[in-house]
Amino acid sequence: MDSVAPAILVRDLHKSYGAVEAVRGIDFEVARGEVFGLLGPNGAGKTTTVEVLEGYRERTSGIVSVLGHDPATRPRALRERVGIVLQQSGTYRHVTVREIVTHWAGFYPRPRDVEEVIDLAGLRESEHVRARRLSGGQSRRLDFALALVGDPELIFLDEPTTGFDPAARRAAWETIRALADLGKTVLLTTHYLDEAQALCDRVAIVKDGRVLAVGAPAQLGVGAASRYRVSWRGEDGAVETRETADPTALLHQLTSAALARGVGLEDLSVGRPSLEDVYLELTAELQDDLVDAVGEPAR
Amino acid sequence: MSDALALTWRQYRLERKMFWRNPSAAFFNFVLPLLFLALFGAIFAGSQQDLDVIVPGIAGMSVMTTTFVALAMNMVFLREQGVLKRLRGTPLPSGAYLGGLAAHSITNTAIQLSFVVAAGALLFGVGLPENWLTLGVFVAAGVICLGSLGVALSHAIPNFDSAPAYVNAIFLPVIVISGVFYDADNAPAFMRDVAEVLPLTHLIDGLSAAMVTGAPFADHLPDLAVVAIWAALGTLLAVRGFSWEARRG
Repeated sequence: MDSVAPAILVRDLHKSYGAVEAVRGIDFEVARGEVFGLLGPNGAGKTTTVEVLEGYRERTSGIVSVLGHDPATRPRALRERVGIVLQQSGTYRHVTVREIVTHWAGFYPRPRDVEEVIDLAGLRESEHVRARRLSGGQSRRLDFALALVGDPELIFLDEPTTGFDPAARRAAWETIRALADLGKTVLLTTHYLDEAQALCDRVAIVKDGRVLAVGAPAQLGVGAASRYRVSWRGEDGAVETRETADPTALLHQLTSAALARGVGLEDLSVGRPSLEDVYLELTAELQDDLVDAVGEPAR
Repeated sequence: MSDALALTWRQYRLERKMFWRNPSAAFFNFVLPLLFLALFGAIFAGSQQDLDVIVPGIAGMSVMTTTFVALAMNMVFLREQGVLKRLRGTPLPSGAYLGGLAAHSITNTAIQLSFVVAAGALLFGVGLPENWLTLGVFVAAGVICLGSLGVALSHAIPNFDSAPAYVNAIFLPVIVISGVFYDADNAPAFMRDVAEVLPLTHLIDGLSAAMVTGAPFADHLPDLAVVAIWAALGTLLAVRGFSWEARRG
């Protein structure tokens, strides 16, 4: 019974701060073991939604269920089964990584082994470093470690890699994939398309407090972010551009054709469309689709 | 229940460990009152009458630094850093957390008072406390009163950068007006009137009875009543204004 129920269920969620309506009717479900992403620009209502699910904020209206509990009542039984990585949060400054992970382990009835958590979070080299001396990336790892040490079934990650350099992002992605492999349910928010593409089984695209679409990243065209844009000057002198997921094959085709003809490829370039460009296109398209589907709103 | 107690104990142990690793906090909470005691003890060395005032005065100040000052600064810092918000997302019961924090403050108060009592007996001719029961009752009331007022004040402080200004704007005038350094009865009338309203004045009166004069406990029930009224007000404000996260914007 409990095991087939979704890990998270959200129906017609509304949340206002005074006159500001941050969330205006959001619906989605997250299955057990799924990595689900809330994808959207800043200010879309992602963090508000997640903080309602985490029990930090009370919803204005709607139905919300997290592992079968109403998070608004913050039952301890729920907090024991959930791990939270907030968008920003500090920690005690004068204790070492190992000390604080060990302390946190004591909050939970069945914690994970502290050694295992330190390795999983990639903190082995800094285990004896005091928290105030950690770099930004290491602090984020500590956030992961503290969220994982209770061996939660469900993990919330609010913008887990914002501000990371590429190497640190890859490392964080590996950690998140490792969680998925352990069968954990993950709800993450991100405004990075490639992150959603790389990690999520399904995403909900959120804008202005509403869900525009829910589905697998590829299905929603989120994969556009991983395409390459190859352009060159053709024989007629005009610039040709083609988008491809496999630039190697295209380049091989182009260069061998050019070599065969004994001509050069003028102005050849290989680039990626900017994520923001693709994202804006995507949300614009989805909004058009929505208007098409629903029709012009009756006045 | 035993689980909650175990968690309280763990939190207490962590607070103790962190306290000694942060030298500036340890100094402000610990060394400053003792330094004042040494300085004023030296200044008043020739006058037992003055020493009889300064020893319970510093004892009262110690209660205020270890509870009011320490908690106000600590809560603002933890809230601004997001530590409170993070803790709120864990299964740690709030009671166990706050209990650990309170026990930590009380330990500091107890250690500090034992230094003051020892110095009073060994160096300043005040002798050992005349009435341990009165001492215990007033210290307990003072801890609850000033501790809850410290937490209540933390709600009014917008950010950690301004915390020392807010705390000292209250702490410094209060210790002067309440007669930590001189006999409040010798102050001008308007200051006496203000002092009569403040809890620290009455705490010091009670401590003075316990440590110096040996006046019967019953004589100081009105003092205890004033401290209790402030404690009730402080507790109300501390609980009602409590927030686990920094204000938005």
